[in-house]
Amino acid sequence: MTSLIDSISVLFEYFGAIEWYHIVMWVIGALLIYLAIAKDMEPTLLLPMGFGAILVNIPFSGVLTQGEAHGAIEVLFEFGLEYGELFPLLLFIGIGAMIDFGPLLTNPKLMLFGAAAQFGIFMTLSLAALFGYDIKDAASIGIIGAADGPTSIFVAQTLNSNFTSAIIVAAYSYMALVPIVQPPVIRLMTTKKERQIKMTYEGKEVPKLTRICFPIVVTIITGLFAPSAVALVGFLMFGNLIRECGVLDSLSEAAQNMLSKLITLLLGITVAFTMKGEQFLTVDTLIILGLGLFAFIFDTAAGVLLGKIMNIFSKKKINPMIGGAGISAFPMSSRVVHKMGLKEDPQNFLLMHSAGANVSGQIASVIAGGLILSILSQM
Amino acid sequence: MNIDIANFMLSLGIMGKGMLGIFIVTIILIASIYLLNFIGRKLSNKKDK
Repeated sequence: MTSLIDSISVLFEYFGAIEWYHIVMWVIGALLIYLAIAKDMEPTLLLPMGFGAILVNIPFSGVLTQGEAHGAIEVLFEFGLEYGELFPLLLFIGIGAMIDFGPLLTNPKLMLFGAAAQFGIFMTLSLAALFGYDIKDAASIGIIGAADGPTSIFVAQTLNSNFTSAIIVAAYSYMALVPIVQPPVIRLMTTKKERQIKMTYEGKEVPKLTRICFPIVVTIITGLFAPSAVALVGFLMFGNLIRECGVLDSLSEAAQNMLSKLITLLLGITVAFTMKGEQFLTVDTLIILGLGLFAFIFDTAAGVLLGKIMNIFSKKKINPMIGGAGISAFPMSSRVVHKMGLKEDPQNFLLMHSAGANVSGQIASVIAGGLILSILSQM
Repeated sequence: MNIDIANFMLSLGIMGKGMLGIFIVTIILIASIYLLNFIGRKLSNKKDK
């Protein structure tokens, strides 16, 4: 009888190690899974992150440690994120292969909106610094405003931020919430008359030479100003060059589909390594989630403000809403602006303009990330 | 959470350098695209002739 009780008690040995933060993280993991499935919010990332959060918050979880050896998720984290930030860079090849820079190459001035919409990164960096965060952590928090998962992960990991998990959860969550966060900001910053400004799309043919040389030129120019950005911008532009060269269709297809899907699958569950309850459930996480929202709001506001300023000097009026699409949340932000334009005037098709601003935001966010790393490395 | 004015002032310098850097790179890239489009269209017209 005693040995039977002993045998049963061995089975329940690990139940005694369950802490309150394990249970909270199971709930958070379940919430992320719910948002991914029921609300279709960035399911490719939120579902693996949610499930991963449950995996790493089971006491003595085998995904973290297997006796003396490292567990599977820890190994994925070390090779995919800690050493050389491989996963975000490989994902960027796929993203580069997916992006059509045509709308931007037809109207290069749209790049200014991408530049302006990175203002939220630096505003948030300053606010975090004011709140007493170390400058590297403040920069890592600010980069949530890049509205780009791989860039946020790359910068936070390179700077050895103490808050990587909160930063990643904030970045991906707010990217999914763009249709909710952006419209009120855009409406607040613009008048009805401004929102109704019609923009026609000329759709000039982009020479093949431009399409092929563009990724090479962007890499060299950005790299000369911010060498730390070469990895990010280089992999993004490599993917785009594979797409545009016209002789590597199978590689482009592989990058857009197999590679990006495989890396996304691994990235989500790997990021969960940083979601251990005792590290994640802190007041800092809540502050960072708040600062992340602030970053997105100021990104949007800065882009729209540039549109309004350009209208003062420009004969051909610009709908300032397209400035809001200058954030890197591609393609969601461009669609949000297009829908807002149609709501104001069903004949006003802003999609090609907002798409141009949106893809420029992708480039600008990578430049911003690289510049932050370069500036901080010189301090 | 402590208010850190010195850190804030340092971050303003980073903001200034960062935004200036982004706009400088952006303007150079815009000029590069116009140049590439110009060369590309010239070559394309030559080919058509």
